[in-house]
Amino acid sequence: MGYNCIVLVKQVPDTKRITGQAMNEDGTVNRAALPAIFNPEDLNALEMALEIKEKYGGKVTVITMGLPTAAEVLRQSLYRGADGVILLTDRRCAASDTLATSYILSCAVAKLNPDIVLCGRQAIDGDTAQVGPQTAEKLGFPQITYVEQLLSLTGKTLTAKRNLGNGWQEVKTSLPALLTVIDTANEPRVPSARRLMKYKGAKCRLEVEAAAKTDPSIDVESTCKGLEKRGLLIRQWDLDTVGADFGLVRARWVAD
Amino acid sequence: MIDVNKQGEVWVFAEHHEGTLEETSIELLSKGRQLADQLKVPLAAALAGNGVEELCVRLGQYGADKVYLAEHPLLKRYQASSYAKAMCGLIVKHKPQIVLYGATPVGRDLAPRIASAMKAGLTADCTDLQIGRHEIKSTGQTFENLLLQIRPAFGGNIIATIINYDRWPQMATVREGVMPMPEPVGTRKAKVIREATDLTPSDLLVEILSEHRQQKKVNLKSSRIIVAGGAGVGSRENFKLVWDLANCLGGAAGATRAAVDLGFIDRDHQVGQTGTTVRPSLYIAIGLSGAIQHQAGMAASQKIIAINNDPDAPIFNIAHYKIVGDLNEVAPKMIKAIREKA
Ligand SMILES: Cc1cc2nc3c(=O)[nH]c(=O)nc-3n(C[C@H](O)[C@H](O)[C@H](O)COP(=O)(O)OP(=O)(O)OC[C@H]3O[C@@H](n4cnc5c(N)ncnc54)[C@H](O)[C@@H]3O)c2cc1C
Ligand SMILES: Nc1ncnc2c1ncn2[C@@H]1O[C@H](COP(=O)(O)O)[C@@H](O)[C@H]1O
Repeated sequence: MGYNCIVLVKQVPDTKRITGQAMNEDGTVNRAALPAIFNPEDLNALEMALEIKEKYGGKVTVITMGLPTAAEVLRQSLYRGADGVILLTDRRCAASDTLATSYILSCAVAKLNPDIVLCGRQAIDGDTAQVGPQTAEKLGFPQITYVEQLLSLTGKTLTAKRNLGNGWQEVKTSLPALLTVIDTANEPRVPSARRLMKYKGAKCRLEVEAAAKTDPSIDVESTCKGLEKRGLLIRQWDLDTVGADFGLVRARWVAD
Repeated sequence: MIDVNKQGEVWVFAEHHEGTLEETSIELLSKGRQLADQLKVPLAAALAGNGVEELCVRLGQYGADKVYLAEHPLLKRYQASSYAKAMCGLIVKHKPQIVLYGATPVGRDLAPRIASAMKAGLTADCTDLQIGRHEIKSTGQTFENLLLQIRPAFGGNIIATIINYDRWPQMATVREGVMPMPEPVGTRKAKVIREATDLTPSDLLVEILSEHRQQKKVNLKSSRIIVAGGAGVGSRENFKLVWDLANCLGGAAGATRAAVDLGFIDRDHQVGQTGTTVRPSLYIAIGLSGAIQHQAGMAASQKIIAINNDPDAPIFNIAHYKIVGDLNEVAPKMIKAIREKA
């Protein structure tokens, strides 16, 4: 049987490498000047999902919500062993806060009927650690935050060890469930050379369209068809695909 | 989401473990008191659990005017789903304008679950809270008496102020140690309001099999004296100077991130924006430059003594006593003098 695992991953600016150039004069951060990376703890979440698949069977689908450039973290996921990847992108998602993000992600996750949803504990751009629990709440799933170790998985029952910093806890829950994974859980694997060769040409439609803008010889339709045939077209979803209600998505917070 | 409600109370989620209140909740009561006074509304604690009524006394002594007490056998041990349900019930019924949580493992697990259920905004890991006004420049709309939620962002590289003007209650988790501990006032009493909570076993989504809580190895927060060393101390061996001085003063050893990164001392000892925030009576800074991120965690110390061989080191801008000299000469002399006096 195996487990249907979904991993939620985010592309983030590399905040550990902020240099003078990346700071605007008014003290804000120039995001464009920062390299974009795979959120570190999301790699731990992906690793845990891949280990589940290797041990128990099943499949791993990775979802990211972001700009078309976030397709890069999906390719990175394919190189490491993901079976399927989905880019959730929509202009209307711009400037989503964590509530809107978790709402949209929960709509996407629900479409896939998962057994286990895995997130990183937190994303290094905001360090909010909110999207995991909020997505769990929206789905009505139990949440197990700060997972350091998966202890057992039998049928629809999962037990895990949580590391709380000031102690630990072993908990049991029934599936489907959402876990947030911390950096000490495992050592994420590096991309496999074979898979890298296979998937480095994977693209989403918006990337093909962007390329066609600068190179008129590219025909979008036939290129996408060709990619699809070879299993290299990254699935692209928008708010309508996942059935999210735009009215609920509008971000309402202001940050200076 | 509840309606914007300017008469709403200020609430603090009262976290507790095995019969004792979490320190951060007590710190939040002191901040909550300030905010409530500014808004001229009552300060209340929201206490969920089972057999926890006696904690109401302490919540009152630390500043709560009221305690909403939600007791139920199924709330015996904390877990996100049941506690979120209990808290949402209280919030919907009483419509507080502000709800604060400690940014503890529990607070960070619970608050987002509540925010999601309430469709309310939540700011994580605040380091300061104020009451103020906000104007939306594009529309000219202004809002008075909002909660200004201040926190580091982008890995600590910028400080952001976040407001939430319509998805109420305004909620935030607040980092441990950044608000001062209030002194309890023995005669202060909170009015206890018992709340019925409607829970069934199906509200418990996880089962806790076993649990272990560690004593924190280093308790910087409650130390009245801290001796902190920086990269200038030079080596793990030489950090003995810091330890010795701390020990003979009965204090704790602290460090800068640079000293931690260099392996001079464990990370638990780090003071600053990404370490612990402290406010001891005395802070002795040895061989550390006083970077803004370090100051963020110690500038509120009552007395600061700095030893540095660079007279222009920024730490001297906030030090009350400045010793310009080589720490390898100054620190041993201090240790000797204190030991001889003792
Ligand atoms: C996002 C972010 C978060 C950060 N968070 C933190 C944090 O939480 N805490 C923190 O501390 N830092 C933090 N930092 C790092 C901070 O910016 C500084 O790099 C760090 O505090 C410097 O440590 P230091 O003072 O020990 O080292 P230095 O800046 O190298 O200072 C060493 C000092 O020792 C003096 N010295 C050298 N030899 C002697 C001697 N023989 N006698 C006397 N004095 C001597 C020198 O004059 C110098 O002033 C953070 C940085 C970033 C970007
Ligand atoms: N835009 C996004 N797309 C996919 N997953 C996300 C997104 N934002 C957050 N997540 C997931 O939620 C976790 C916590 O994010 P945050 O609440 O931003 O700290 C991340 O580690 C991801 O697993």
